[in-house]
Amino acid sequence: MTDNSLAEKARSGDRRALARLLTQIENRTPAGEAALKTLYPLAGRAHLVGVTGAPGSGKSTLVAALTGAAREAGRPVAVIAIDPSSPITGGAILGDRVRMQIHATDDDVFIRSMASRGHSGGLAASTVAAAAVMDAAGFGLIFIETVGTGQSEVEVAAIADTTVVVQSPEMGDEVQAIKAGLLEVADIVVVNKSDRPGADRAAAQLRAMLTVGASTDKAALAEGRPRPKRPEVMLCSALNGAGVAELLAALDRRVPDADSRPADGAALKRAEAQISGILALRVAHQLRAPGRAERLEETLRAVASHEIDPYSAADQLLQLLAEGRT
Amino acid sequence: MTDATARPIKVLIAKPGLDGHDRGAKVLARGLRDEGFEVIYTGLRQSPEMVVSAALQEDVDVVGLSILSGAHMTLLPKITAGLHERGMDDVLVTAGGIIPDDDIPQLEQAGVSRVFGPGTTIREVADYIRANVKSRGE
Repeated sequence: MTDNSLAEKARSGDRRALARLLTQIENRTPAGEAALKTLYPLAGRAHLVGVTGAPGSGKSTLVAALTGAAREAGRPVAVIAIDPSSPITGGAILGDRVRMQIHATDDDVFIRSMASRGHSGGLAASTVAAAAVMDAAGFGLIFIETVGTGQSEVEVAAIADTTVVVQSPEMGDEVQAIKAGLLEVADIVVVNKSDRPGADRAAAQLRAMLTVGASTDKAALAEGRPRPKRPEVMLCSALNGAGVAELLAALDRRVPDADSRPADGAALKRAEAQISGILALRVAHQLRAPGRAERLEETLRAVASHEIDPYSAADQLLQLLAEGRT
Repeated sequence: MTDATARPIKVLIAKPGLDGHDRGAKVLARGLRDEGFEVIYTGLRQSPEMVVSAALQEDVDVVGLSILSGAHMTLLPKITAGLHERGMDDVLVTAGGIIPDDDIPQLEQAGVSRVFGPGTTIREVADYIRANVKSRGE
């Protein structure tokens, strides 16, 4: 099957073709890249919602609940669920589907697990490309669930239109809420497991701490100084469904306006994140080409033995690539 | 700098039917992870349709089915038939759990390529998968 017929079939609703195409994208095959050429111009309509938070905070269960709410309105939903790859063996356990199996036989819910494959920041390197393919295949709402994150895996905010940070009621005290990092990039902070004691208090603390300094935002922005986002804080129980419809409505209020997309900050950030990631891969790939691999190996050894510093090494390797072009 | 183009084998581990014992499936999932496989684990009480749909969406190379309930003669052929129906004849299907030897020929007839009994090592399963995973025509 050629890549273009796969792309065509994926677009016309063939789920098997979509799945196979996503494998090509994930494995970064030439066929996958060719298909993306066809599909990318057709994408850009979906609302990409990043869902991040600590392991066990309930991200998968919440995504499943939101998917259920969207399905009640007849909307097709796609999910990319990322789990970590072993840095030792390259293997992975992708277990997010366990919480989403209620949607397993619904043809208008497409769930794809991805291993991070060495990519740091909570995503897999091909996440955005995979989302673009799903977008072109007609999914208007795409959830991107990151690996369980700690305090600073904020990459998802650079690629999603809307970022949801999921917290559990036991997330800690107010000091956690004033630390820089994950909470700063949220558009919406969800205190999940609101059926548990302490949820109201956690939400109140988050609201209080995240709004500190908000009164000076306008002046700061006018002077060109960056300010953190001021996220909505919402209570939700993915388990009993409380707050799920409200959360979906809050997400829908943030659907990017298609006409303003090119100028949209989120779209520009996403473009930059994609290109810089691909550039890094292309450079690494070219450095391993015959004729250069030996020089790369020498340079690695030189840095490892502290003969040269890594900055000079990087410059030398860039020089090597530039020479190859002339 | 490691080469990111090496492609791990993707395996779906599923427990069809109604028995609630998934320790074996989890141990296998974990063991295959250590063998460098990407293992999608879908949990307990899967209907054949759920298994087929997960295999399709995840585009796996292998479907490994753990079954201890005795319903294997009903459920496993439904899964292989479902995979066939959706064009997934290139997916390797293996089974494990409590399956009497007498039933194995019929399961093989139905498209289960290998049945692993109690006492099978993870290494054996991993080696079998590596040797028998089908070319995906990429």
